Amino acid sequence: MKYFLLLAPCVLALATPLYNSIEPQLFGIPFFFWFQLALIPVSALFILAAYLIERHD
Amino acid sequence: MIDHLNWTATSVFVAFFVLVTVVGFLASRWRSADLTQLNEWGLGGRRFGAWITWFLIGGDLYTAYTVIAVPAIVYAVGAFGYFAIPYTIIIYPLLFAVFPRLWSIAHARGYITAADIAVGRYGNKWLGLAVAFTGILATMPYIALQLVGIEKVINALGFRGEGMLSHLPLTAAFLILALYTYKSGLRAPALIAFAKDIMIYVFVIAAVVIIPAKLGGFEPIFNAAGSFFEKKGGMTGLSLAEPQIVPYITLALGSAMALFIYPHSLTAILSASSSDAIKRNAVALPAYSVVLGVIGLLGLMAHAAGIQVTNPQDAVPQLLLVMFPNWFVGFCFAAIAIGALVPAAVMSIGAANTFSRNIWKPFVRSEMSGSEEATLAKLVSMLVKLGALIVILIVPTQYAIDFQLLGGVWMIQCFPAILFGLFTRRFNSWALLAGWAVGMIAGTALAWGPSSWVPTHAVLGWFSAYNGLIALALNVATASVLSAFFVSDAADEQTSADYKFSITPAK
Repeated sequence: MKYFLLLAPCVLALATPLYNSIEPQLFGIPFFFWFQLALIPVSALFILAAYLIERHD
Repeated sequence: MIDHLNWTATSVFVAFFVLVTVVGFLASRWRSADLTQLNEWGLGGRRFGAWITWFLIGGDLYTAYTVIAVPAIVYAVGAFGYFAIPYTIIIYPLLFAVFPRLWSIAHARGYITAADIAVGRYGNKWLGLAVAFTGILATMPYIALQLVGIEKVINALGFRGEGMLSHLPLTAAFLILALYTYKSGLRAPALIAFAKDIMIYVFVIAAVVIIPAKLGGFEPIFNAAGSFFEKKGGMTGLSLAEPQIVPYITLALGSAMALFIYPHSLTAILSASSSDAIKRNAVALPAYSVVLGVIGLLGLMAHAAGIQVTNPQDAVPQLLLVMFPNWFVGFCFAAIAIGALVPAAVMSIGAANTFSRNIWKPFVRSEMSGSEEATLAKLVSMLVKLGALIVILIVPTQYAIDFQLLGGVWMIQCFPAILFGLFTRRFNSWALLAGWAVGMIAGTALAWGPSSWVPTHAVLGWFSAYNGLIALALNVATASVLSAFFVSDAADEQTSADYKFSITPAK
């Protein structure tokens, strides 16, 4: 589980064809840019989850 | 020379620079200890908690050169320059998964460099030499590029000079840096990182609020950038062209794998007081990546602001000059310049630790006391910085950039030698050494383009990928095949308990 949580953001970040498009835009920002920016805090949450799980064990 | 100087901005710039210099010298008294020991001078006594480590690693990895170079690529080609974002996303899961283990063994055994870890595992000083040599070689151009960051903002302040005189401010800044690093060791950049990082955050928050507001929102920014790239043509644009996708992915992955085995990253990681501090940092460090993402967008904002520069690296300084009042320009430029000092200091310390521990001690003088080791490291840190300064003064900047690019390709070839041993005893050290050699030669050969050094290369005529990763694949294949024929020589000196050791020892 812990390693899955760590792997998930890496897979998303490297799945470039998934986010290589202009649409849908957000506040005029192309998808390519805002998706990657949004993925940064999301990846931190994944790592936080891994951290909490490890502590719990 | 100073006729065109922007006096307001320069005064603010100089004031902050002086402040940081004082901090750098006073740092030797911070958590004072015996600075004649390498462990104290070069790793801050391994007593940095989660907070200090956060500032230090953040200040160390997101360098001034990054602040200049990432928006420069985005300015020049658009979407492709954003590979820095997936790169900085994947480094933190990697940091969390691997490096607490590395910290534990280093702490238990008193290792201070990457090469120490390889030597400790396999007892092969030649493998240690390969790792140490690669680390120092890859770090030199990296330090040189920090100087480029400083020089860009000094020029943007309006400083003009002829010949050698044009490098006067840079030389002064670097001599100061060399002196306080010599005196205070890792404590200096750790303390300065606080000031630097807070300044960078202020600069970026102001930039992301004020600049789009002045330019009428994000839509006009991306429209202006979009039409610029349309006119420019080629492999540019607001999304990737088909042939750019695999290079984008492999550059991100390869850069991430190389990052934490650079001597300066390991120095910052090993100075943490516990493996828990490293794990917490893996959670909190992505905040810096957001900053980097915003800084990358500055390259596009420059198009909307009508900034036209022949050297893309001038885009951000020019944008700030147009958008901000002079005093705040001085503040931002100081943030960038101080942002160069922290990594330059840590890099020179990392290289110096490596030289005295893994080259001088095993090969020249094995009977070194702790204080002799530290004295040598101090001298080497000085020499490394002087070397970088001379490179920038004499050699065209483009060589340093190419050399740094190659440095990443070389660094990644140490990945198997350093990290595989943390998880398995299957590999033979001579096989790893052979793999390293194959990777170094292949990586260099692949980068040798017809007219310039190139970052990517076609694989079997099918797609192109980052040279570092292609060479790493050859490296791992060689090491694996040869290891199948030779008996593993991985010593069992590292017990499993060492890997789980994570308690801060009593002082």
